[in-house]
Amino acid sequence: MSRHRALRGVSPFRRVLVRVLVVLTMIAGVDYLVWRWLESVNWSAWWIAVPLALAETFSLIDVFFLGLTVLRIRQRGDAPPAPADATVDVFVTTYDEPVDLVMGTARAALAIRHPHRTWVLDDGAREELREAVQAAGIGYLTRSADWTDRPRHAKAGNLNNALLVTEGEFLLVLDADQVPAPDILTRTLGWFDDPRVALVQTPQWFSNVDDADVLGSQAPLFYGPIQQGKDGWNSAYFCGSNAVVRREALMQLGIVGYVRDVERGVTRALRAAKSVVARARKDAVRQGPAVVAALDAVDVAVDRARTELAAGQPVSEITQRFQQRVDDAGRDVVADDLAQLQADLAEIEALPSGGGHGSTATLTDDVVLTRLAQRDWSPLGALESVKALVTSVEVDRADEAQPVMPLATISVTEDMATAMRLHALGWHTVYHHEVLARGLAPESLGAMLQQRLRWSQGTIQVFLKENPLLQRGLGMGQKLMYLATMWSYLAGFAALAFLAAPALYLLAGVQPVTSYGNDFWVHLVPYLVVSQLLFRAVGHGLPTWRGQQYTLALFPLWIRACTTAVGNVFLGRELGFVVTPKSGGDVGPTWRLIRPQLVAAAVLVLAAGVGVARLQLGLATPEGTYVNLVWVAYDLLVLSILLRAARHRAPLTTERTRT
Amino acid sequence: MIELDTEHGPDVAVVRPRGRLTMVHAADLRAVVAEALADGRTRVVIDLAHCEFMDSSGLGAIIGGLKAARQAGGDLRIAALQPQVMTVLQLTNLDRVLRPHGSVAEALRGD
Repeated sequence: MSRHRALRGVSPFRRVLVRVLVVLTMIAGVDYLVWRWLESVNWSAWWIAVPLALAETFSLIDVFFLGLTVLRIRQRGDAPPAPADATVDVFVTTYDEPVDLVMGTARAALAIRHPHRTWVLDDGAREELREAVQAAGIGYLTRSADWTDRPRHAKAGNLNNALLVTEGEFLLVLDADQVPAPDILTRTLGWFDDPRVALVQTPQWFSNVDDADVLGSQAPLFYGPIQQGKDGWNSAYFCGSNAVVRREALMQLGIVGYVRDVERGVTRALRAAKSVVARARKDAVRQGPAVVAALDAVDVAVDRARTELAAGQPVSEITQRFQQRVDDAGRDVVADDLAQLQADLAEIEALPSGGGHGSTATLTDDVVLTRLAQRDWSPLGALESVKALVTSVEVDRADEAQPVMPLATISVTEDMATAMRLHALGWHTVYHHEVLARGLAPESLGAMLQQRLRWSQGTIQVFLKENPLLQRGLGMGQKLMYLATMWSYLAGFAALAFLAAPALYLLAGVQPVTSYGNDFWVHLVPYLVVSQLLFRAVGHGLPTWRGQQYTLALFPLWIRACTTAVGNVFLGRELGFVVTPKSGGDVGPTWRLIRPQLVAAAVLVLAAGVGVARLQLGLATPEGTYVNLVWVAYDLLVLSILLRAARHRAPLTTERTRT
Repeated sequence: MIELDTEHGPDVAVVRPRGRLTMVHAADLRAVVAEALADGRTRVVIDLAHCEFMDSSGLGAIIGGLKAARQAGGDLRIAALQPQVMTVLQLTNLDRVLRPHGSVAEALRGD
C-alpha cells in the first residue's frame, strides 16, 4: 500500500443512494418499532419482552445517528499550499513505550519537511530516553516540578505541560508509535488559512495489522464515512494523535476553562463552607463566646462573598477579601481541644490533591466537598477547613499544577472533550482523509481490551460530566454528532437482550414477541433489508464486519465501561485505567478475558439443542424455533471472533516497513 | 520587550510588556514576574499601556503570574489595557477573575 494513498472517495451517486436509504431505513424502522411496541410486546413475559423492545429501540436510534452522520459526508480535496512561515512544534508523547520505538517516531518527526521543532514529551522521565533524544538533536521535555503531588491528568497533562514551554503557532501531536510521513505538515497546514480552523485530524492507520485484522484494530468506518460525515456537520473529532492543532485555539480554551473552573470552584467551596460552619456552630456554645463569635464572623464572610460573586465582582478580589476576613475571625480563638484539632488538621492535610496516574479527583469535586461538609469538625477545625476549602479553589488553583489547562482534563480521553469545547467556542475542525502517519495497534487481546475500555470509559465520562446536549455554543447537529458516539457505547446493555431472548425461547419457550407469524415478517423484513443496504452503501468496499462483530461481542466491556464511569463521576471511584501496551503480548490463549462471552456462547449452543428437542416433542412451534435458531446462529457467528482473538499472536516482528 | 520597573516601592514591581505579547514572549513575561517575586516584590502590576496586542498565550502568562504572586503572599493586577487587549479579556471572560485597572496608580490603590 502506498503511504499517501488517499482513502476511498465517495461518488455523487453513492451520496444520493445513501440519502435515499437513510430515509427508507427510518420509515421502515419506525414502522417496525411502532408495531413492536403497540402490537407485539408479549406482556405476560414483560421481563424479557420489554428489555428486548428497548434494545431494538436502541438499535434503531443508533442507525438513525449513523444515517444522520453520513447524510453530510464531506469529501475534501487537497489543502491550500502550506504557509511557509507557519511555526510548528511536533510533540511525540510517550509514557512507557520502548526507547527504540519512541526514537523511530522521533527521527521520522525530525525529518518532516515543513520547518518545525521536534520534542519528545516523556511522561516516564526516563534517563535512557533523554540521552537518546538529546543525542539526536531533538528537544526533550518532562513534567515541571509543579506537577509533583498534583493530579497528572495522563496525556492531557503531558501536553499541557509542554504547551507552556514551547511557542510554535501550531502543534502536531503524535503518539509514540505513530510514525509521520515527511509531508504530514505540508499536506495539512493549508487548512489553517481559514482563521476559524482550530484542528486538522488525519486518520490513524496501523502497520502491524494484517488483512484479517483479528483484533479489529483498523477503524475504516470511523476514519472514513463517520469522520467525513462529522466533518460535514463541523464536528470532526480530535483523536489524540496524528492531528495538527492551532495553539491559539487551545490556549483560548485554557483561559475560558480557567475562568469557568475558578468561578464554579469558588461557588461550590463557599456552599460547602456554609454547611461546615453551620454544623460546627451547633457545637460551639460549649467552647465559649470567642468561638461562637468567630464562627458567626466566618458565616457572615461566606454570605458576603456569595453576594459579591452573584453581583459579578472579580473573583480574585472576592477570594482575597474573604481569606482576610476568615483570618481575622480566627485570630482570637485558642484551641482547647488540641487532640481533636490535630485530627482535623490531619484530615485536611489528607484531602485529595494528588491522586495516582489518571486520577481526576480534586478538592473541587462534588464528592470530596460533600465528604468535607458532612464531617463533624471541632470549631477550630471548621475554621481551618473553610480556609483550606477556599484556598484550594482560589484563583491560583493550587490544587492543579497549572492554572491554565488547555487540553481538557475531565476525562481519560482528553481528545473528545477538547474537541467538544473547541466547537462550543465556535472553532471549526477539519478531517483530512489521507493516511499521513502509521502506527502500531495493540497486539494481544488483553491490550486491545484495555484500550477499548479506556476509550469507552473516557467517552462516558465526557457524556456524564459535559453532556453535549447541554453545551451552549454547540449547534443542534454538533450536539447530535457527539451524542451519536456516546450513544453507541450503550450497546452492551442491548446485547444482553439480543443474547438472552433467543436462548429463553429455545430453552423454556418464553416468547418476548407475541407472534412470529405473517405480521412479524411484514414489519421486520423491509426494515432489515433497507438497513443492511444502508450499511453496505456507507461502508462501500470497506471491511466493516469486524467492527460489527466487536460491537456485540465486547458487551461485558461496554457495560463495565458504563458502570465504572458512573462510579468514577458520581462516587469518585478510580476507573482502573492502565496505559495500553503497544507491543508484545501475554503468552498462551487469554480465555479468562472473555469468560462471560464463552458462557454466553455455551448457553446459546445448549439452547439450540434444547430448542430442536422441544420442536420434536411438539412443545414449540416450527416458525418460532427456526427464527430463534437463525438468531442464535448469528449471535454465535458474531461471538466466534473472540475465539480467534484469544489465540491471536502478534507477528514475531513489529519492525516497520517504511514504503 | 518586557521592562521591569521597581520605582514604585520596595515591595512593588511594575512589569511593562511592549508591542505584542504573544506565544513568543509568554515565557519571558512569566520569567520577569518570577524574578520580581524572588526579590520580594510581591505586589505586581502589569502595565499594558504599551502593549497593543495580546493573544491567549499572553493571557495565560498573566494567569501564571497571578498564581505565582498569590502563592508568594502577594497579588498581581493589570492596568491601562488597550482596546484589543480589553477585547480578548472580555472574550475569554477573564474580566470575571481580574479587574482591569485604569492606570498603574489605580491598580496599586486597588480601585
